[in-house]
Parts: sequence; structure tokens; C-alpha cells
Amino acid sequence: MTADAQRRTPAPPAGTYLGMPKFQKNAKPALANEQLRKNLRHATGTIRAKRVARVSEVPEWEELRRAGEAIKNRTLRHLDTYLVQLEESLVRAGATVHWARDAAEANRIVVGLVQAKGVDEVVKVKSMATQEIELNEALEEAGIAAWETDLAELIVQLGHDRPSHILVPAIHRNRSEVREIFLREMKRYGTAAPEDITDDPAELAGAARRHLREKFLRARVAVSGANFAIAETGTLVVVESEGNGRMCLTLPETLISVVGIEKVLPTTADLEVYLRLLPRSSTGERMNPYTSMWTGVTPGDGPQEVHVVLVDNGRTNALADPLGRPALRCIRCSACLNICPVYERVGGHAYGSVYPGPIGAVLNPQLRGISHEIDQSLPYASTLCGACFDVCPVRIPIPDMLVHLRKEVADHKKGTPRVEPTAMALAGWVLSDRRHFELAQRAAGLAARVLPHTTHLGPMPWPASPWTRARDLPMPPPESFRSWWRKNREEGR
Amino acid sequence: MNAREEILGRVRTALADVTELDPVADVPVAWEYGRATAMADVLARFVETTEDYKATVVRAPAGDVPARIAELLAGAGVATAVLPSGLDDAWRAAIAASGVSVLDDEPQLSRAELDRIDAVVTASAVGIAETGTIVLDHAADQGRRALTLVPDTHLVVVRADQVVSDVAEAVARLAPAVTDGAPLTWISGPSATSDIELSRVEGVHGPRTLLVILSE
Repeated sequence: MTADAQRRTPAPPAGTYLGMPKFQKNAKPALANEQLRKNLRHATGTIRAKRVARVSEVPEWEELRRAGEAIKNRTLRHLDTYLVQLEESLVRAGATVHWARDAAEANRIVVGLVQAKGVDEVVKVKSMATQEIELNEALEEAGIAAWETDLAELIVQLGHDRPSHILVPAIHRNRSEVREIFLREMKRYGTAAPEDITDDPAELAGAARRHLREKFLRARVAVSGANFAIAETGTLVVVESEGNGRMCLTLPETLISVVGIEKVLPTTADLEVYLRLLPRSSTGERMNPYTSMWTGVTPGDGPQEVHVVLVDNGRTNALADPLGRPALRCIRCSACLNICPVYERVGGHAYGSVYPGPIGAVLNPQLRGISHEIDQSLPYASTLCGACFDVCPVRIPIPDMLVHLRKEVADHKKGTPRVEPTAMALAGWVLSDRRHFELAQRAAGLAARVLPHTTHLGPMPWPASPWTRARDLPMPPPESFRSWWRKNREEGR
Repeated sequence: MNAREEILGRVRTALADVTELDPVADVPVAWEYGRATAMADVLARFVETTEDYKATVVRAPAGDVPARIAELLAGAGVATAVLPSGLDDAWRAAIAASGVSVLDDEPQLSRAELDRIDAVVTASAVGIAETGTIVLDHAADQGRRALTLVPDTHLVVVRADQVVSDVAEAVARLAPAVTDGAPLTWISGPSATSDIELSRVEGVHGPRTLLVILSE
């Protein structure tokens, strides 16, 4: 606690994402945590139902998805052109543009800008880009407190926790856990939660309003991300619900926005597509409560010093692989997380990144490379059921990309003896000839007759152990359909 | 090499497979921009969707708007209101006559002063029927962004001719303001969150009470 006492903000859990073990190992304790599974089942079930209701109101939904896909493809395939145009537009509108090759450079730029203002705190709009570069810890190391103002981000920050969902980072917490966190932590960092607070979400939201209001009223610098950046005009767009975004984007004197280079869109008109796709896919609303758009500096209104930090941090790696490029279309809606049977059971922490779920499984290995165990394991964190593609508002072919990345990982690991290539070679032999296949079926049926009362096979010995540790295998039927047909139908013909 | 040159260089290397230099010719977008969405009664739909977000919506002939504003403010228990400089004189007079203490934003009020004011009354730029959204372009009859953010009650007047069917038409109408550098605020109901167990709670940081008059 002594190190903690010198900090300005609550300490996150020890360790780094890249030091985490592989997904399958992280999944085990998560699967055993019944409270977590209950929280996730409730939350993802609720949001899935809302999404379906709102999407089915739009008859031209498929046409919209195709437009969303095409506009992003156009932008990504000419990204250099649009980035240069965005920069020109921003500068013309009075903003200062900075470029950052990686997370460390982006953090150095932001820390330098905040220090130049002579302040020791910033208020933050929820932003995936700043989570990705771990800006809060970089600011903390420089003695600057970064206050998260989105309710879920606040729960995560005060809970000394990590986000587990793109849209609702505290999706793994239920109301009574939130109440405990607020009661214990708020008083250490500002206005306390009322002692008699209940676990009613409205009361908890009220406590967050009071806790953050003093920070909004005094903050001189804010840090945001952006959902979209319009090349033609230099306009940045932030989509939000609570009004914390508006507070940060409007009240301080200085605004620093950290924007991934793939966030650019060619024209203002393109927003009509994404402002219809995003809210319905994301929160299952016709429209989110607040959307802010600003173009550099507006004299007499809002921040008079505006900075935009354009961040690569691995995005050009994804761009260089034509099969990986579609991941950069992502508008961070979270629909793929909410629909995913793996995410629903395991939750977001096992993915070892701020980008969990199906999109994280394709994005992280591309942004960070495949040299770490966690990133090598992510393409396997899927059943390839395809639901993520069906709900994706920009039609990212996540299942195809997972298969492509599995091949990349397998190639990367070549040289070390592995079970999977052997298993695949065996499967190739079995499937290459009808007689081989029937022989394998007879062998499986024999196993079923030896263990007549078993319905599922649990963990199996090597070489099947790596696969069966996290999965149950249904017992093979005692007799194959082919053999049944031969006995019962063919002879009577 | 500086970061800008290096990143643009990486992008160009990554896109070596792209040979068509014209983005529009390279990737066609099969989408007709700015289309209206067909609906039987645009104004009725606007009222329905806006009320769906727990906003209060009142329809009134243009001549009755000043009286409706005064009634709604009284009903919400408003004692003080800040008014943008370009607000309709008749509205301003009706608010002052109703006993509400009126403040102007010239010179600009501090954040702390705004925090002590109960309400703000503004006009608007566009209403969107399909989504129940009101868009401010922060012209003189709407004021700078902080005015419609810090006070806890926002009363906004939308003219019938400002209401469009859907987002596409709204973006088309608002594009010139964006090009001119105006900030936009899109508002769909009062401030809300679904961050605790995905259950929607109205009222976090933005105005917790949204009162809408549709002027016909």
C-alpha cells in the first residue's frame, strides 16, 4: 500500500497484458467463476435482444452494412491520401496535429502537452485508443492524474481493475459490486459516495455525477479519442451516452484527442451511414443520447487549444496484409462480443487486451504481432460459428480471418514438434478415402460400446489433451449412420 | 525520418497492392446519400420517438410557444435560466414575465456560475423523426456548447420545418454548418447510461430533464 499511497489515481492490477498466459489458460478460472458467468449472461442477453429489435426496424440494414464496408475499404485503400487531407483540414481549423509511430511516442506527446499546460490532472472521455496505449499509467508516472469519466470506466478505475468489454468495460461487475467499489474508493479520490447508498443503478449513477462534477468544473485539460475523423473538414466525432464526453470536450481550455489512423472517413456525408449503423449495433438504440462534432477551434466556444495525435501503433501491420486489412474497418460497436458464445462464457479479461472478443482475436495478433503466447492463442479463442460476421455492421469476415491467422501462427511455430500438424495429417488420411473414413467410424463406435453410459468425454490423455482440456467431446455413437442404413434399408431394397 | 513521414511511408508500403490511384474509381460505394426515409407522418413520428427517450414533448402553434415555454419552466420548478443572445425576443419576454430570473452569457458565465443555474432555453437546427434526435449547431439562438450542458434542465424549441425523416436527411442539412466549422451537438433524450448491468438509467452528467416544444 505504500507505493499506492504515492499514486494520484487507483492502481490497476499488477502485470502487463503481453505477460499474460494464453487464452485457454486464462479461460479456466473465468469459466469456474459462477458470478462472472451470471453477470455476463444477463448483460449480453439483454443487449442482444435490444440490438435485434432496433436493427429489424431498418429495412435497408443490409444495404447500409455494405455501404459501411465499402466506404471504409475506400478509405483504407487510400489511407495516405485521406490522412494528408485530414491533417490539412485540421491545421486550417486551428488544431495542432501530432504523429505517433507507437504507444510510447503517443504517450510522450500527450504527457509533454499536459506538462506544458502546467497542470497535474486531466479528465478523460472513454477512448479505446488511450486504453490501448495505456496512457493513464504514462500520465501517472509523470505525476499527472487521469480521471476516467465514463461510468463504466470509472467503475473499472476505482475497482483497480481492467476493462473487459469495448462498450461496457465493467460488464463483468454487478450492481452490488459497483456499490462496494464506490463506497470504498470514491472518498479516497474526491467526493465520497453517500454512506447510505443502495445498489439501485440510478443511485449509483447519481453518486458518479456528484463525484465527477467537481472534476469537470475545475479541469483545464481533457483527453479524448474519436469515433470518426472527417478528412474533408477536419471534424472529429465522439459518440456517447452520459454527457461526460460533452463535459470533457467543451469545458476545459485544452483538448487532446488521440486518434488511430484508421478512424478517418472521407466526407461529412459518410456519417449518415455510420451514425445509423453504430448506435443500433452497439447499445441497441435508435440513436445514442449524445454525439459531439467539433472542427478544430471554435472562437468563444469550447477549448481554445486543440491537439490531435494520429497513432499508428501496429495499424500499418494490419494494413499490409490484404487478408488482415478488413479488421481496420472496425467501428468498436461490440456487437461481435455480445453475440459470441465464447465471450459470453469467458468474459473479456482472458483475451489479454483492451480489445476482447472476436474482434480482439483478429485485431490483437495483427496490431501486436504473434511473438507472444497470448497473441498466438487468440485466433483459437473461437468456435468459428460465424455469428460475429452476421452482426458486424461493417461486415468484417472475422471467422475467415481467424482461420488465416491460425495458419500464420502455425507457420510461425514451424520447427517445434506439435500435435496439431500430426492430427491434421491423420485427418487428411481419414477423409481422403471412404474406406478410411468408415474404418475410423468403426473404431469410434467400438469406444462407445466399451463405455456405454458415458455421454461426454472429458480431458483425454496426450495427444488429445491440449484440445480436450477446455472442451467436452460428445461420445461417438455406437453405430454410424452409414452402417445403420446398410443394415436397415439397403438389404430390403 | 520524422514520425509523419515514417507513418505515411509505412502506409504506402502496406498499400503496394493498390494500383488504382482514384479512390472513387477504386472502390465504388453503392449508396445514395441524403435519401428521406418513408413515413406516414414525420411530426407524429418525431414526437413518438422523442417521448420514447423519456423527454417531455409538447406540440404548439408558433404563436403559443412563449406561453408554453413559461408553463413548462414553471412545471419543472425552474427559478433561474440562462438564455442565448439570439433567442427569440417574444420567448425571452415571456420567460422574464413568468418570474424566472434570467441570466445572459455576456460576458461568458464561468463553469461554476452555469452549475448554479437551473435551466437553459434554446432553439435548435434539426429534428430527426426516426431517431427522436435534436441537433444543435450552436448558432446565436442556441448559444455556446456549455450553456446546453451544465444546467440540469434543457428546454428546446424545434420548428416543424426543421424536422426531417431520418439521419441521412439531417446530415445533408447540417453539412454546410460543419463545413463552416460550427460544432454540432446531437441530443436524443436526456443524459443516460446503461453501464450497470445494461439497465438504462436516465440522468448522469448532461441535463437530466429535456423539455421539447414542437412549434407548428
